[in-house]
Amino acid sequence: MLDRLSRGPASVSELAAPLEMTLSAVVQHLKVLEESGLVRTEKVGRVRTCRVDSKALSLAERWINQRRKLWERRLDRLGDVLAALPDEDQAKDSKP
Amino acid sequence: MTERSVIHATFSIERTYDAAPSKVFRAYADRAIKRRWFVEGEGWDIETYDLDFRIGGTESSSFRFKGGALIRFDAVYQDIVPNDRIIVAYNMTIDDKRISASLATTELKPDGKRTKLVFTEQGAYLDGYDSIAQREEGTRELHEALARELARS
Repeated sequence: MLDRLSRGPASVSELAAPLEMTLSAVVQHLKVLEESGLVRTEKVGRVRTCRVDSKALSLAERWINQRRKLWERRLDRLGDVLAALPDEDQAKDSKP
Repeated sequence: MTERSVIHATFSIERTYDAAPSKVFRAYADRAIKRRWFVEGEGWDIETYDLDFRIGGTESSSFRFKGGALIRFDAVYQDIVPNDRIIVAYNMTIDDKRISASLATTELKPDGKRTKLVFTEQGAYLDGYDSIAQREEGTRELHEALARELARS
């Protein structure tokens, strides 16, 4: 379903068509996706249109954020390591 | 199934350490010290770690998270100015799938007796990212919720 939606918005019946599921099962699944913030639905007239929430499904963005978090944790650990490290170069290497 | 894509992004992180730039620099140049903060402490099973800290020298590490996929980090030092600047080009792979190529610049700026460190990564994030994002907590929860729904219907 997400695969289909990633290619563009679709109505509930368009989503249901290729799936061997009842319409109510499709609606159930949509509800889960909507509650997870991955999909937004919007009713215009009698047609409910579903689309991927671009903010939620920017996987690349989330991944780049993970990379950033990795470096943040590293630099925090660097702080811990520095705090525990003796100033061995202080005497020979100190500059005013 | 692999869809080729490249996404470019830049991010910066700043930290101020209660240590002189020479001490911070030492934590990058010394292999044993660097290993301690760079790869240890993430809960990874570290398979290899190597550092040849000089311009043109390489740094590599490989590790697994809880027996999962093999993650490799390979870097080449592009510039080293003692106590001042370190620039490294690195890539990461997951199970031999290349997921990113980045340029990482670390600048050390004296701030009284302290050091302000500015880390900037400029990266090309490659098609492999979806496999990592799928490991995220939120996505797993979603899949579990979907599985529950599927089991019910």
